[in-house]
Amino acid sequence: MEPPKTPSSFMSPRPPTPSTIPSKITVNFVLPYASELATKEVDMVIIPATTGQMGVLPGHVPTIAELKPGILSVHEGNDVTKYFLSSGFAFIHANSVADIIAVEAVPVDRIDQNSVQKGLAEFTQKVNSASTDLEKAEAQIGVDVHSALNSALSG
Amino acid sequence: MASNAAVPFWRAAGMTYITYSNICANLVRNCLKEPYKTEALTREKVHFSIATWKEGKPEKPVIRSDTPEE
Repeated sequence: MEPPKTPSSFMSPRPPTPSTIPSKITVNFVLPYASELATKEVDMVIIPATTGQMGVLPGHVPTIAELKPGILSVHEGNDVTKYFLSSGFAFIHANSVADIIAVEAVPVDRIDQNSVQKGLAEFTQKVNSASTDLEKAEAQIGVDVHSALNSALSG
Repeated sequence: MASNAAVPFWRAAGMTYITYSNICANLVRNCLKEPYKTEALTREKVHFSIATWKEGKPEKPVIRSDTPEE
């Protein structure tokens, strides 16, 4: 009689790590309401990790990175597409597949300069006048996001 | 072993990651140019009714909505 199947026998096995480094990375960039890039093969992506801008090339070591508000750039040949992400995570797998998930991502040309300046001034002022820890944290988040938006517009 | 590793400032203030992420997303949406801004805000509108239960019975449901009450 056959031994009973265990839950792990129903799972599809982890995709094998190729023995030679692939020439392109496969990017899956998804948002809650849309999938921006689905299994797109590109040369490099630069992700805005909390530890700084991280360049991901094919054959990158498997990484889980928390993302901060910033610019994601996708490099394919000579084309670079830039998106501003609000926050999220990036999972880079051993087989050169990168899954990037974000809550909000917009092409940089959809950002309105005036709202960014106004927001930055408003939140900088709130940081100084905040009383509770929570208010201070919210104001600090506002400052971080608006400064990132600002550098995205000018960079 | 660092079991109390440096936590981000928002977690130290008692906020969860989801709250942080949603605040960031809202701030970005409010900084968009016009047709995209209204698209994003209408896409994110929520409307739900929430009822707390006490001793096996639901209390009066509270409606949370972005659409004004009719």
